[in-house]
Amino acid sequence: MSGAPGIYEAFRDAIRAEQPVALATIIDGPDAGAVSDVRPGAGAKLLVLPDQPTLGTLGDPDLDRVVERDALGMLDAGISEVRHYGQHGEARQMDLSVFVECHARRPHMVIFGAVDFTRALASQAKLLGYRVTVCDAREVFATKRRFPMADEVVVDWPNRLLDRIGDDLGPRDAVCVLTHDHKFDVPAIVGALPTRVGYLGAMGSRTTHEKRTERLREAGVTDEQLEHVMAPIGLDIGGRTPEETAVSIVAEIIASHTGRQAPRLKDGEGRIH
Amino acid sequence: MDEILDDIDRWRAVGQRVAVARVVDIEGSGPRDPGAAMAVNQEGEVAGSVSGGCVEGAVVGEALELLGGRRGPGITTFGYSDDEAFAVGLTCGGTIHLFVEELDW
Repeated sequence: MSGAPGIYEAFRDAIRAEQPVALATIIDGPDAGAVSDVRPGAGAKLLVLPDQPTLGTLGDPDLDRVVERDALGMLDAGISEVRHYGQHGEARQMDLSVFVECHARRPHMVIFGAVDFTRALASQAKLLGYRVTVCDAREVFATKRRFPMADEVVVDWPNRLLDRIGDDLGPRDAVCVLTHDHKFDVPAIVGALPTRVGYLGAMGSRTTHEKRTERLREAGVTDEQLEHVMAPIGLDIGGRTPEETAVSIVAEIIASHTGRQAPRLKDGEGRIH
Repeated sequence: MDEILDDIDRWRAVGQRVAVARVVDIEGSGPRDPGAAMAVNQEGEVAGSVSGGCVEGAVVGEALELLGGRRGPGITTFGYSDDEAFAVGLTCGGTIHLFVEELDW
């Protein structure tokens, strides 16, 4: 294999370039009961990069094909774990244990509204490893100088930004609508609903949200779609300042991913602060 | 894996063989998620971690056994067990499964 980069080199380079990459390794095989620790195939590797040919092999073309498919799904979800297969990739068989280590791209948070809460939420999101985009149609507010922590500050209407990037949003990403203004909120929510984004939240008091809900219905949003909008945004922790509110928002995002029953403002009725 | 790449490159550049231990599974509470990795070179130098510090010493031992040819690649388990073979445990009471192998790929 002189000249060709090895699996490690390709894996390392993808991680450094922040390109999504999954490394599948056979960690346990048919000989699991043997006295020796050395098992046939243990350590065999398949490197999976989206939209590129795989590198290496787990020792069977059918197994490689199945593991490549699964690894791409795991990359999308950002999960690293052990999967079990038959010798030729059969599902529901336990012959082989394959560890798939995923290095997904950073999750993306899109914040609509260049307000005070945005600054705190953008900082909190950076702490959690997000790539952060701040978007507002008002160019006096949407400046890099006001949001130095953001990776990107976009002056545009929410629906136009979502037209451009909506297809790239996935289950690990988040859209937070903080404008408090129906003329921005409604196109942001309407634009985000058809995407695959994992979390969609909108700020505002219960009264604001009731009025916004009317506008959203007029724009053709169904009750079922409204259920996917976390509004009022955040967990019910009594947060008041922008920083406290930011914590309640990212905590709600974490709870959405883990499926934990944390008390959401959306599900309550009382006062927010 | 990210945080150990520089050390691995440096070691390999001077011809050191390297063993890698990666967390592949956790039962109960464990400080690091699957994918956490630690690398050990022939001299016993270490990069990265696989727990909160409870098992790293034992992992170095396994890695040196591997590089010395006294064991092969495979799963090593640390954690609470009635089996006395598991002399090293996690203070948090969890069990972690590591895959230990030489970085020869």
